[in-house]
Amino acid sequence: MAYRILRQLLYAAALILAVLVLNFLLIQLAPGDPAEVIAGEMGGANAEVMAAIRQQYGLDKPILTQLGLYLGRALQGDLGTSYFYNRPVVELILSRLGPTLLLVTAALAFALIVGTRLGVMAARKPRGIASTLVTVLSLVGYSAPVFWTGLMLVILFAAKIPLFPVAGMINIVKQGGPLVRALDIAHHLVLPALTLGLVYLAQYSRLTRASMLEVLGADYIRTARAKGVSERRVLNHHAFRNALLPVVTVAGMQFGAIISGAVLVETVFSWPGLGTLAFQSILARDYPTVLGILFFSTLLVIIANLLTDFVSRLLDPRLAKGH
Amino acid sequence: MTAQARTSVPAARGPMAEAWDIFRRSPAAMLGLLLLTLVVLMTFAGPFLYHVDPFEIVWAPLSPPGDDPTIPLGTDNLGRDILAGLIAGGRATLAVGFAAALITMVIGVVIGAYAGFYGGWVDDLLMRVTEFFQVLPPLLFAMVVVTLFQPTLMNVALAIGIVSWPQTARLTRAEFRRIRTLEYVSAMRAIGAGDGNIIWRVILPNALPPLIVSATLTIGMAILFEAGLSFLGLSDPNVMSWGLMIGSGREYLLDAWWVVTLPGVMIFLTVLGVSLVGDGLNDAFNPRLRER
Repeated sequence: MAYRILRQLLYAAALILAVLVLNFLLIQLAPGDPAEVIAGEMGGANAEVMAAIRQQYGLDKPILTQLGLYLGRALQGDLGTSYFYNRPVVELILSRLGPTLLLVTAALAFALIVGTRLGVMAARKPRGIASTLVTVLSLVGYSAPVFWTGLMLVILFAAKIPLFPVAGMINIVKQGGPLVRALDIAHHLVLPALTLGLVYLAQYSRLTRASMLEVLGADYIRTARAKGVSERRVLNHHAFRNALLPVVTVAGMQFGAIISGAVLVETVFSWPGLGTLAFQSILARDYPTVLGILFFSTLLVIIANLLTDFVSRLLDPRLAKGH
Repeated sequence: MTAQARTSVPAARGPMAEAWDIFRRSPAAMLGLLLLTLVVLMTFAGPFLYHVDPFEIVWAPLSPPGDDPTIPLGTDNLGRDILAGLIAGGRATLAVGFAAALITMVIGVVIGAYAGFYGGWVDDLLMRVTEFFQVLPPLLFAMVVVTLFQPTLMNVALAIGIVSWPQTARLTRAEFRRIRTLEYVSAMRAIGAGDGNIIWRVILPNALPPLIVSATLTIGMAILFEAGLSFLGLSDPNVMSWGLMIGSGREYLLDAWWVVTLPGVMIFLTVLGVSLVGDGLNDAFNPRLRER
């Protein structure tokens, strides 16, 4: 077990290193002078700044030396400076990480809880209303672009039913203690989390239904029924636990896609997270920030993968014995 | 179903004919096919029936649909014709969607085929590369690629292809691993067929059904992807696309719902069509796996 964890951590470290190398290659491959790429094509970089960049990145040295310098700095937590925001990239990103994590976690929790419940209900009656709902929902959830769903919700909630705020994360006019603040953020979170969650809710409900149907045919379910366990307990306890495994695996594998979705949703709802930062830095051609965000979100995906692996093992002890 | 369809009896009943039989009996799959046909017709025949330049300013900005009979779907914030935009935008969206799906399939199938066929260190190496591409958040990576290089349609398609192939590679690998142990592959080897021959002419045709289904779903995903990129303003600004229309109209969302709603409906219907066809194909190729 300890050996396994160590091996996985080493592998994760190798992936992180590979992402850094990729970032470096992207700067090199981009057309134009790397110093200009690093400074951003905003025209604001004067000769002094350019000279500083050349010196800092060692752009006159051989390419492998440059790579070494880049990796060395990155491993010390220095991903360069944003010349647009005039701040170190890492600091800038860390200030925006919280809102994105909050949005992604809320959306994922919503999708997992509602999606699996819906899937179980659909599996109980394969021809019932819940089952039809799952089918329709999964088609709509897959086919509607997430940013468009968000915009449609904005139209609905901004003018027609003004129940939830449609932009931002905090109402700056509102005064109050931490509880008021938390409630305010939660209030702002509803629509973005709902938008992002709907896509995955659709997938998880369908997946839960399929794997529940499969599990319900297993021998141990018949045994449970035969020994007089209530149907409710059979569904919610015996079957659900096993049907959950594929859902957790898929949810973990999709983490990168969820972060991608968050970029679009944040842009729609002006949610002050990594996604809006990515969008603004791309418009500003602020490459160090853009590449820094790519690095950090890849890091999040790697961590999510490790966590998924861990949760799968909790759900199915057989997995822990293998390998 | 017409009487003609019922009386026509195919001469030879290959697996494809059988799959088509199952496919056309599914109302959902046929609805998908109908949707796709309509979208393709609209985008390719549209320009011949409706001669309006999508970039030309034809009327007062933000006039609602039906305000003027010559501009049936209204205008956007610059006074450009929405219907013309929908027609022209479909072409770019579909072209990028198909090109990206093609790139995805080519990279994914080649890598998956070699990994699955050879196993051993080739498999290990290729799968490590695949896993690496799988941890990159797809949209963010595509955003970076498109920004660092020029946002031409080709680059957008390439960026989407680069981030989407790992799933195809995994699927192909699994199929190749399964099929390479079957008897007819051993038989081919016994009569001295080369590796290339076995990979591309023996195993690949037999691995096609799941790959076709996956290709269909990839097209839908690529269309959504392209829409996302152009919504963010990261695709070619000189080419009209549905995502671009939504992106440029979103500031006027509350005054002019049609500017963002209509292109979104088009994307939705297109992807819905693609996924219904994909589901139909899946059922047609695996009749036993159909959901109860």
